[in-house]
Amino acid sequence: MSDVLLPLNDDARVSVRRSTQSPIFTLVGAVILVALLTATPWIFPAQFASTLLNFFILVIMATMWNLLAGYAGMVSIGQQAFIGLGAYATLYFALEGVNPFVTVPISAIVCAVFAIPVTYLLFRLRGGYFSIATWVVSDTVLLYVGTIAFLGGGTGRLMPGLENLSPSETAHDSYLAAWFVALIVVVGTYLLLRSRLGLVLASIRDNEVAARSAGANVRSARRLVFMIAAAGCGAAGAVLAISQPFVQPTSVFSLQWSAEMIFVSMIGGLGTIEGPILGCIIFFALQQSLQQEGAWYLIIFGTVAVLVALWEPRGIWGAIRDRFHTELLPVGHWVREKSQGTP
Amino acid sequence: MIWLNVVVQGVLIGGFYALFACGLSLMFGVLRVINLAHGDMAVVAGYVAVFLVPHFHLPEVWSFLVVVPIFAVLGYILQRTLIQKSIDRDPFTTLLVTFGLSVVIENLLLEIYSANGQSVNIGSLISQSWHPASIIYVSYVSLVVLGVAVLVLFLLQVFLSKTGTGRLIRAVADDREAAQLSGANYRHIFGIAAALAFATVALAGIAYGTMTQFAPTSGGVNLLFAFEAVVIGGIGSLWGTLVGGIALGIAQQFGAHFNPQYQILAGNLLFLLVLAVKPQGFFGRRTSLA
Repeated sequence: MSDVLLPLNDDARVSVRRSTQSPIFTLVGAVILVALLTATPWIFPAQFASTLLNFFILVIMATMWNLLAGYAGMVSIGQQAFIGLGAYATLYFALEGVNPFVTVPISAIVCAVFAIPVTYLLFRLRGGYFSIATWVVSDTVLLYVGTIAFLGGGTGRLMPGLENLSPSETAHDSYLAAWFVALIVVVGTYLLLRSRLGLVLASIRDNEVAARSAGANVRSARRLVFMIAAAGCGAAGAVLAISQPFVQPTSVFSLQWSAEMIFVSMIGGLGTIEGPILGCIIFFALQQSLQQEGAWYLIIFGTVAVLVALWEPRGIWGAIRDRFHTELLPVGHWVREKSQGTP
Repeated sequence: MIWLNVVVQGVLIGGFYALFACGLSLMFGVLRVINLAHGDMAVVAGYVAVFLVPHFHLPEVWSFLVVVPIFAVLGYILQRTLIQKSIDRDPFTTLLVTFGLSVVIENLLLEIYSANGQSVNIGSLISQSWHPASIIYVSYVSLVVLGVAVLVLFLLQVFLSKTGTGRLIRAVADDREAAQLSGANYRHIFGIAAALAFATVALAGIAYGTMTQFAPTSGGVNLLFAFEAVVIGGIGSLWGTLVGGIALGIAQQFGAHFNPQYQILAGNLLFLLVLAVKPQGFFGRRTSLA
């Protein structure tokens, strides 16, 4: 649907298009969905909005992890470093008197900046060693934060600045914060993947050596993606901190965040935007129905994720897409041979 | 004298880290697989020793006689099925699969045995120690674990360099295709390497249980320590791992000397420092960087 940088001329024998179907249906659907989700706290019960808030936090994390692993090939198991850092940055600024909701973008920027030196250290390692090193970083930040008395040390501290709001106002506002951050993250990822960087990432994913030799700067593309993922997870952590609103180191830096974002991305389908969101929907359905059963939802979900990785690595959405050639949010290009005469 | 004690305690705990790490090192060196469930496997070995071995009317101290062979077989089977299947896909899949296993194992243990701490009962030995100088106490348990670590590393070294199977393992590790062309069944060799790695991890898990309490979540922390020992010592060097473990142990004891909160933090900082200034570790070759 959009122009692409290919030397196409009239007698070119291939046509390159973004998608196979008209985007108008996706667009209309998206507008309705956005309107509905924005109005949710006014038209649905509070319990539903609060579940949806946690759903959006997971959507943000899963989308960011998918960008890291599904598009840039970096398996991070330490993203909770940025979730915790985002939560604590928000707590810090709130303690300094800033409105907690205003600090969400600031915390995201803090996380992105913190990610820069981290990449210089961690990019020295590859593959699995990179993965464990991300966990070391998160463990280090957790232990360091636990020594700062001003932020509540190991026990944590209540987020200030929400006292003037009634409980229902706080619930509304934090729902909207989570929803808008999720919207920005998903739309931003969509636009990013359609940009030049998206093309570079796709070429790295398909063949890193070929991408390098074609002039793609693999390292700086990965660095940028790592920073974006840090910012996204930081924003998720900030929203999480506001919705809790008690910030506790072992809970915001928990490995469980990584486990959840990894499993939903794998099951939904890595390397697609829709997949992780679909994974989040399945995850929440399972979690809600097994609420009384302790950690079993995570055990079941982890087992399914392992099976999916082994037998259906495209994930659920990947399988659907390849079978029906349908995409809601197309970021790739379809190259088709032109038939004689008609384009 | 205080500093001498810091070093002594660091060396003692460092031996344990090396014992924990050598399986991780072996799996990566031969199979090119980072087993993210490595630490959880050790914890499982600890639970088997505490809850299942007493059924055989065997004192828990001798549980390794049962658990280590079981884990060797388990390692071989797991390699020939799940891990080989993920290797056949790509390295990316091995990470996702072992991470999934790690989370599933941890939560299963939590559901079955609760979050309570457990330890391997070794009788009165736990409290005995050698007392060579005024403030230096060398616990016998830690000393035995250090001895076991050195022995295991030595035996691994001898096995890999002197026996036919060991040479096959090294051949497959160096060049899988060439070894295959010479008739080696690399899947079987991979299985043997995994069996060795799992045997050492079982030993490490039981050793951990004798030294301190363990819980379902202990696996992750120990994976981090093992990993730090491997990177500090230099990826691909068995004896480097021992040095790395000892360096990590000393750094942790040094941190703990100032404040117990700084113990693990100091170890992590040493790891990040090594990564910054000497990423190939003390004994690693630049090319072997993962």
